[in-house]
Amino acid sequence: MDINDLRGLSTVFLMITFIGMCFWAYDKKRKKSFDDAANLPFADEEMNQRTMQEEIKNG
Amino acid sequence: MSELNSALEHPTYNYKVVRQFAVMTVVWGIVGMLVGVLIAAQLAWPALNMGVEWLHFGRLRPLHTNAVIFAFGGCALFATSYYIVQRTCQVRLISDGLAAMTFWGWQLVILCAAISLPMGWTSGKEYAELEWPIDLLITVVWVLYAIVFFGTIIKRKVKHIYVANWFLGSFIITVAVLHIMNSMAIPVAATKSYSVYAGTVDAMVQWWYGHNAVGFFLTAGFLGMMYYFVPKQAERPVYSYRLSIVHFWALVAVYIWAGPHHLHYTALPDWAQSLGMVMSLILLAPSWGGMINGMMTLSGAWHKLRTDPILRFLVVSLSFYGMSTFEGPMMSIKTVNALSHYTDWTIGHVHSGALGWVAMISIGCLYHLFPILFGKERMYSISLINTHFWMSTIGTVLYIASMWVNGIMQGLMWRAYNQDGTLTYSFVESVAASYPGYVVRVLGGAIFFAGMLVMAYNVYMTARKDVEAQPAPAAASVA
Repeated sequence: MDINDLRGLSTVFLMITFIGMCFWAYDKKRKKSFDDAANLPFADEEMNQRTMQEEIKNG
Repeated sequence: MSELNSALEHPTYNYKVVRQFAVMTVVWGIVGMLVGVLIAAQLAWPALNMGVEWLHFGRLRPLHTNAVIFAFGGCALFATSYYIVQRTCQVRLISDGLAAMTFWGWQLVILCAAISLPMGWTSGKEYAELEWPIDLLITVVWVLYAIVFFGTIIKRKVKHIYVANWFLGSFIITVAVLHIMNSMAIPVAATKSYSVYAGTVDAMVQWWYGHNAVGFFLTAGFLGMMYYFVPKQAERPVYSYRLSIVHFWALVAVYIWAGPHHLHYTALPDWAQSLGMVMSLILLAPSWGGMINGMMTLSGAWHKLRTDPILRFLVVSLSFYGMSTFEGPMMSIKTVNALSHYTDWTIGHVHSGALGWVAMISIGCLYHLFPILFGKERMYSISLINTHFWMSTIGTVLYIASMWVNGIMQGLMWRAYNQDGTLTYSFVESVAASYPGYVVRVLGGAIFFAGMLVMAYNVYMTARKDVEAQPAPAAASVA
């Protein structure tokens, strides 16, 4: 076993990690939680409005 | 005391620092692009340096690149990242004081660059020209930036860390590592230092830095912007959150290896060149993952493009992103690179990304932001946004088309040889043949620059308290 085996193995390791990540991301179990995350940009309008009013008040 | 209690019960965001950075984005955009137009004109009409050393192309060129990348692009990233991290974590920045220090610190860095580069004080590393005292200042500001950003994420009120923050976080961490590694130098005077690396290693470290400045500063950071502002402006969540996760990890894992394609056919070992080429080709997939995700977010809402010039900015910037991330891998192929390298094609490619992608997505995001930051319903004039959109698009197209023509022509002229083995053209003949392309580039750049002035006027009128927004024009007149 020399350094080139290690290089080959690291490629295999990365490949497995990538495929594993795809399975993890596309697992049905996580759909709901990802949908929640995707809606985060729309979840804080109240605090935005309050900030804008505060800013106008303070000039 | 009652005010303190009310602040605790009814927390607000820190929009002040966002507003400061957003305004300076426009200011530095104008300055940086003006210098760009000047040096483009110098290439067409060299007498425009007026015989003054501080206006020489060699000194103004790094001023232009630093101003547009780190002053314009940097301020845009600071503004949007502070905005996005607050809004998606539903919490105020961890420290207003530290955030203010990053603002003033970054302006100081820019000021130092604007003085030192025309003076000719440079470490000579592309996109990292600033001398060691300024490099130290950048490091301090960047550490503060990381504390503010990640500190805010840590105290977030929601479970998830929204995908935009992943991109912005990776940009902040990677730029810190790149900056420190590439700026390692031994000072010999206040304005002069020498890199600790030598020869080929120095070149490889430089382009590891250089290409990842593109990959993380100009790509990951701006993709973070895209993942917040495109859904926000289109009023629908991102097309596929899962795709965003896969393409994020693929992008950050692959980008870091692509640097050697800047050193094809040099003293860099052949295997490293080939590795850089292969990794650059693979990079097409995660890059297009981001483009597709952004574009498809509009599915079912395409009609909004007809009335919303801000959305047009965002979508066209994604188109340029897709184009330049196709062009880049193609140019990294050694045989293509043999033609394209050292020609104007490279400059065209860079500006397809810089004007088309980076600047246009920033401008789109800023038009979304300014009304919120100034407490207005919308920008002062929607039709001026539309004017700006067309100026940016036409300017970019003129710029990149002229550089394609010039680049391919130069490459073909340089490699042409006669039957007896002598070169068909002298170098200066290729310079003379490039003249029309240089003039078209000045024109394209000037149109893009003038668009920034239109923006500045629109922002000024939006900021004024005594001016009401113009009535929104009917759909037909905008389209």
